[in-house]
Amino acid sequence: MIDRDEVMHVARLARLELSSEEVERMAGELSHVLEHVERIGELDLEGAPPTSHVVPLENVLREDVPRPSLSRERALESAPESADGGFGVPSPGA
Amino acid sequence: MSAATALSASEAARQIEAGSLSASELFDEYRDRAAADSSGAFLHVAERPLQGATAGPLAGVPLAVKDLFCVEGVPSTAGSRILEGYRPPYTATVVARLAEAGAPMLGKTNMDEFAMGSSNENSGYGPVTNPWDRERVPGGSSGGSAAAVAGGLAPWAIGTDTGGSIRQPAALCGLVGMKPTYGAVSRYGMIAFASSLDQAGPITRDVADAALLLSHMVGRDHCDSTSLGLPEPVRAPSAERLDGLRFGVSPELAGGGLEGVEPGVAEVLQATLRTIEELGGAVEEVHLPHSGHGLSAYYVLAPAEASANLSRYDGVRYGLRRGGADLRSMYEDTRSAGFGPEVKRRIMLGTYSLASGYYDAYYGRAQRVRTLIAEDFRRAFDQVDFIVTPTSPTVAFRLGERTADPLAMYLSDYFTVPMSLAGVPAISLPAGLSEGLPVGVQLAGPAFSENAILDAAHALEGALGFEGGPWRG
Repeated sequence: MIDRDEVMHVARLARLELSSEEVERMAGELSHVLEHVERIGELDLEGAPPTSHVVPLENVLREDVPRPSLSRERALESAPESADGGFGVPSPGA
Repeated sequence: MSAATALSASEAARQIEAGSLSASELFDEYRDRAAADSSGAFLHVAERPLQGATAGPLAGVPLAVKDLFCVEGVPSTAGSRILEGYRPPYTATVVARLAEAGAPMLGKTNMDEFAMGSSNENSGYGPVTNPWDRERVPGGSSGGSAAAVAGGLAPWAIGTDTGGSIRQPAALCGLVGMKPTYGAVSRYGMIAFASSLDQAGPITRDVADAALLLSHMVGRDHCDSTSLGLPEPVRAPSAERLDGLRFGVSPELAGGGLEGVEPGVAEVLQATLRTIEELGGAVEEVHLPHSGHGLSAYYVLAPAEASANLSRYDGVRYGLRRGGADLRSMYEDTRSAGFGPEVKRRIMLGTYSLASGYYDAYYGRAQRVRTLIAEDFRRAFDQVDFIVTPTSPTVAFRLGERTADPLAMYLSDYFTVPMSLAGVPAISLPAGLSEGLPVGVQLAGPAFSENAILDAAHALEGALGFEGGPWRG
């Protein structure tokens, strides 16, 4: 089962900041769901390969022809901040 | 309610083509009804038909579009506050195809945030009520689309289905909903939840409408390399009998594997099986030995894919941005403020199951279980033409009834998730009432059997004679 420290570790990996109340609640809820999910541990999976795609597909190719794509201006229109023709972000090192 | 909004979409299209109904008046009437609605079904209502899309085989019959589909210049939020105000620079292939075919977008419908939910209560913009009983949920995640069509606010709608998000709300609202074979419809422009499972499909008042709408949705798309289309066009269903067809009932899926199938739902299923036999179909037992584990595998795989897909909401390219002292706190503040509790829960679950040390026990195992489930279906379809189950273990439940227990909510998907994992098509059609509320029955068939499923559903629909949809007034 999953404890508070694990919840905080996973939250860091997922770039989520959880309040201490959320951490507490999440530990209980995730444990409950994982308990159900762990029933797949009972199955014999010998010889069953993992699914990569449900419908057999291979090498989906198309002609390599240039087509119009999103312009830089269009792509930046929805950005909270843009600078010098790119996306603006705070410094990673601050 | 006016006569025009009580018509099926196919009938409205026929009347427009015959000149006895005006496409622009029909659009205006639905738009006015949608704009005046207080059930929460719509997040955005169009002023006028976009792209002048009123000519073509769909004749201008307006279409409600789940807010998961991007539409250029139109607010597209996937029910999330993290995308509030976002207006995409491009349009989803399926919305563009339907507009070209003559189905102009009427508006964007409410949904569980990022399609995660079975009641529409996880929307960042408030719940939706069920037109059959305003104290109950419409199902989810395509709850707004189903409530709009059932409530006479739209003649038909498109939704998306990852583990039941078209079929379950269709069942809870007394409608027809179809999840096509994985790959039949392009996912381009659909805001991604779990990419190996997500499929768009129709939510309609009858089977003929579902076939007509689906026929203009399917097709290969160079913008989605997993899209295949269908080997033959979707036809208008005409069957009235089921002679020579074999319908499988799986003990693993018919309640044996799940406590909590309501007696009223089980009764409607039994009555439907009798109707199948009266129409000449054969009902027999078929085994899907691993289906009982479908839900467990699904609630590893779908959150795992979601945790990766939703990493894009980081405050950089679109949507909400919060904080900003440094990059990491900007990411964390944005995501913590923008995502609702269920989305956070699934991101956490997915991140956990993909994390080093847990991957083999959870994600790796679940991918193997998925293979076994898909093999079960392939074997079953050597024996029978279709598999029949209830769509949902219960009728529409009360608002708030399941919000406190995530696992209880997840159990709503018990009968619909196995088909999603196997990638096979399935339809839900209204088959009767329990406690005055609609009960849906699910018919699933092998990959690419859409026409056969629609024909069988059409024959059943005629014999079941389900009536009483709220849109009829």
